[in-house]
Formats: sequence, structure tokens, C-alpha cells
Amino acid sequence: MIQLENLTKIFETPDGVVTAADNINMTVPQGEICVLLGPSGCGKTTTLKMLNRIIPPTSGRVMINGEDTSTLDTISLRRNIGYVIQQIGLFPNMTIAENISIVPRLLGWDKKRYLARAEELLAMVALEPKTFMQRYPRELSGGQQQRVGVIRALAADPPVMLMDEPFGAIDPINREVIQDEFLKMQEELQKTILFVSHDIDEAVKMADKVAIFNAGKLIQFDSPDALLAHPCNKFVEDFVGTDRTLKRLRLAKVADVMTPAPTPVKPDDDLQTALQIMQNNDYVAVTMVDTLGRPIGSITRDLATAKRGRCGDHFYGLRAIARVDDDLRSVASAMFSKDTTWMPCVDDEGIFRGEISQRGVTHYLGATYRSREAQQTGVQHGEV
Amino acid sequence: MVKSKKVLFWLVAMLGMFFLGVVSQSSGLIDDFFYYWEDIVYLSVQHMQLSAISGSAAIVLAVPLGIWLSRPACKRFAEPMMQVLNIGTTVPTLAILALSMSFLGIGATPAVFALCIATLLPIVRNTYVGLLAVPDHLKEAANGMGMTPGQILLRVEIPNALYVIFAGIRTALTINVGTVPLAFLIGGGGLGELIFTGIDLDEMPMLLAGAIPTSLLAVLVDISVGILAFFIVPKGVNPLRMNT
Repeated sequence: MIQLENLTKIFETPDGVVTAADNINMTVPQGEICVLLGPSGCGKTTTLKMLNRIIPPTSGRVMINGEDTSTLDTISLRRNIGYVIQQIGLFPNMTIAENISIVPRLLGWDKKRYLARAEELLAMVALEPKTFMQRYPRELSGGQQQRVGVIRALAADPPVMLMDEPFGAIDPINREVIQDEFLKMQEELQKTILFVSHDIDEAVKMADKVAIFNAGKLIQFDSPDALLAHPCNKFVEDFVGTDRTLKRLRLAKVADVMTPAPTPVKPDDDLQTALQIMQNNDYVAVTMVDTLGRPIGSITRDLATAKRGRCGDHFYGLRAIARVDDDLRSVASAMFSKDTTWMPCVDDEGIFRGEISQRGVTHYLGATYRSREAQQTGVQHGEV
Repeated sequence: MVKSKKVLFWLVAMLGMFFLGVVSQSSGLIDDFFYYWEDIVYLSVQHMQLSAISGSAAIVLAVPLGIWLSRPACKRFAEPMMQVLNIGTTVPTLAILALSMSFLGIGATPAVFALCIATLLPIVRNTYVGLLAVPDHLKEAANGMGMTPGQILLRVEIPNALYVIFAGIRTALTINVGTVPLAFLIGGGGLGELIFTGIDLDEMPMLLAGAIPTSLLAVLVDISVGILAFFIVPKGVNPLRMNT
């Protein structure tokens, strides 16, 4: 857990006094990623660097796991905090193994242990240890270097990581891949991470909490969804962009929004049965599945009313299928490109699990506004 | 195409060497040269001693001085200090020798002192510039990982500046070997004895008996420092070993 209490940094410059960080208060719970977000010069990097005292704070306290860090000496404090910078900062004179082993060696681990650790970490980011241990940084691609930069910070298994625009220098395609890899790693490692970014999309993707800074002040500290749905002032609203609701699509999974387990029909069922199911459940359409439970088609109410016979002889093909762990952004994209407002949802094995509709998505996104309104006006709204 | 040009160059060079040998042999130059063999050996040893002492003293002084000037604490006066040292190099070595003689008298001591001063600058400058050229983000990364300033210097800054530092040492020592003959003028000994006496007596073989070994020594020092740098500078930052 990281707690900042009234953390302040004042720089005395020839042009006068500059308050780079003004009474910053926030708490990042154990195992969460907090993204510090804002335009350049807003104080986010200054705040980050005050945690490991690269920039000494003017006043205020930093607590890590309940311990006031001002009681620790700077050197051992830093050895217990993982630090990743935008320029990566791998030492070109050292091999990859030596780079990863720096902090473990500073902490006095024996050789066998730190080499084993380096191998383990390389394997974790899918870099073949045999190939990469003895290479030099210049022999690696940018993406590979950045992976090494991240695992180097993890080498001594610090509880807290500070990351200063760690993926800023990587091309967009590789950045997505590395972000995904990193999130997967974080799921297991459960580090408490402070992460500086100026990219709202990166923040929405990575963060459990987002802290928006402007002119040295912490403006809003909230979950990404709350930040996008309820920006606290004009600055945040402008910063997150006019398409902020669309950005929220990425934060929800199909599983959160779909109608779970509606009754499907089989190809051998009569169209009358399908109509019955639709009328009983108030569906506009029903999914047809094969014997293994995989969706193969759909039957609409019009179709079931107009035709007679078996479902297997009269059905519409499926335009698109969603997976339950897709985010809503890809669902919306598929709906737009396939010109459909309704999709069946399947799990990893391709088994039918639910249905998602455009109405369901908009309803889900709107829920937060309705509940906020309800709180404010004190009026109880029924289900819309 | 390029390869055949290279072969041609070497052929011409070897032929030239051969004819030079034939001409000098037939004119009796080589026999005259070997007439001075004992002097050459004795003075070469003296020459190397002067070089070795003044050169190593220069390295021992210059590298720490360069390191010290590159520290953030010296930021304010490091540049003016480098300017002073720059002016120092523009003073001819002969003048330094003369000054040194007026303080320390004649003999090997003032010669070593003057040579040391003359050798100092390229090493200080390259050490200073090399260390400052280490990218800030490397120092920041090292700092953020909890290295002490001493560890940052030894494990990050010096290894990354070593190639440039060695370049300075190489230049300085080569110049040093070539400058040692001047030591003769203040009674320091060395191969300058043959060169200057040869000039005074208008004795070509004697002059060459001093000049040729001096040149060979200079080339030898240049090559040895180069080889040393090849193996000492870490592989990851050694441009000579980038493709191996």
C-alpha cells in the first residue's frame, strides 16, 4: 500500500518559486495500479520521483505499507522499490543477465540465486534465457529492451514499483502487446504500482485508479470508469476527451453486460417452439445451437410467424459472435461493421453462453448516470 | 574490386620498401646505422624509462582529475578549469621543458616533470568529456535502483566512458614518446641524444639512428594501447567489437 500525505514539492528557480506538487494526498491499495495522468509539467513525474527521493520532497510524507519512508535511508529505500524509466536505461556495458542482477547483487544475493532469478524473469516475458542472458542491450529490439527494463525492476521482488512512462518509447502495436503482457504478469505478482502516463487510453487500460494532475494539483482520483463517466470539472472533461463514453466500452467485458443463458433452440425443434420461447421470454430473436451447444444461427419473431416447419430449415446465419471475455469496444466495433444490433456470446470452447444487444450495452453504460441522478435527487427510479 | 585495389596497394608498398632497402644497403647507410647499435639500445631503454615514468604519472594524475571535474559538485568551475588546461596545451612542450629546467635544474627529473605536464591534458579532457557523455538516463536508472555514487561511477559511468578515456591515453602516450627526444636538451637523455647530435654534426646515419627507433617506439605504444583498449573496454560499449 502506498499513502501520500500532503506531499509537496517547491522548486526555487531563477524565475521565482514553482510549486510542482501541491499537497498531494492519495492512497493506493496493495496490488493495484494507479496511473498518474496529466499534461506535461502537471507534477505527475515530480510526484512519482518523490517516492524514491530522486526528487526530495519539500514537505509531506510517503508511507509504504504503513512505514514512513523518511525514516529509511535513501539507498535501501530505492533497492526496495522497482523503478522503470521511459528511456529504459539498460546499462550498455553489461549483459542482459548482469543488468537484471543489479539490485539482487546490491542486496548481496549469491551468484546461483541471482542467475536463477534472471532466468526465471526472462522466461516470464517469453525471452529465451539461453539466448538472451549473455547478449548486450544493443543486440535487442526496442520491445525486448523494454521487457528487460521491466523485469530488471522486478528482480528483487519489491512490493512497490514506480514506472515513469515505461511504454512511451515503443511503437503502438508493440505497446499494446507489452501492456497486455504486463497486465497478465501483474495479475500474478500483485505489486502496488504507480505509473506515470500522458495517454488517457493507456490509463484506462492499465489503471485500477487514475489520478489526474494539473498545475501541480491532484484534480481527481477515481476509478477509470468513474473518471470517464463523471469528470469532476471542465479540465478533466477536456482531458479525457469528448468520446469519453466510448472509452468506457473498453472497461466492461461482454460477460458483465450479456443476458446470460437464454433458452436456445435446436435445428430439429419446430418453429412454433421457437415462437413460444420468444413470447414467453419477451425475446425479439432466439439463437439456434448445434448438438454441442455452439451457436449456428438465429430465428427472429417475424420468421417464426411467417414460416412453418423445423428451425433447421428456416434460419438466419450469424453475422458475428462475441466472446464472453471480449471488451465492449470490440463488440461495438463488430456490431457496426457487421450491421447488427444483436450477437450471441460464446466462451473459450465456443459454447453458447448468452446474448448481447446494442440496447444492453447502452443500458449498461447509462446505469452509472441514472444511479448518480437517483442519489442526487433522492428519487427512486424503477428499472428502465 | 575493392579487394584487388587493396592487394595492389600492398604490392606497391612492399616493392617500395624493397627498393628503399636496396638503395640504403648499397649506399652503406645500413652499415653506418648499425655502427650506433649499442647507443641505440642504451638510449632506447632510457627513452622508454622517461616515457613510462612520465606517462604513467600523467595517467595516475589525469584520470582522477578528469573524474573529479566531471562530478556534479565541480560543475561550476569544471569548464573554466578545462579552459585553463587547454591553454596549457597551446604552450609548446619546449617552453615547458625550459620552464621546468629553470625550477628543477637539469637532468631526468625536470624532463619527466615537463613530459608529464605535456601528456596530462588529452587524458584529463577525454576522461572528463567521456564521463559527461554518459547519458543522464543511465545515471538516473542507476540512482533509482539504489546504487551509491561510488557504485554508479565504477559500474556505470567509467565502463561506459572507458573507450573515450582510452582514446585520450592513446593519443597522449604516443605524443609523449615522440616528445621525449626534446628531453635531451635539458640533459634528460633518451634517443634525442642521437637525433640532436646527428643534426649538429650533419651526420645523417646518426640522426636516423635516433629518429627511426623513436618512430618505431611511438607506433608500438600506439598499437599496444589500442590492443589493451580492445580487451579492457566492455564488449557492449566497444565499437571495435560490435560485430564479434
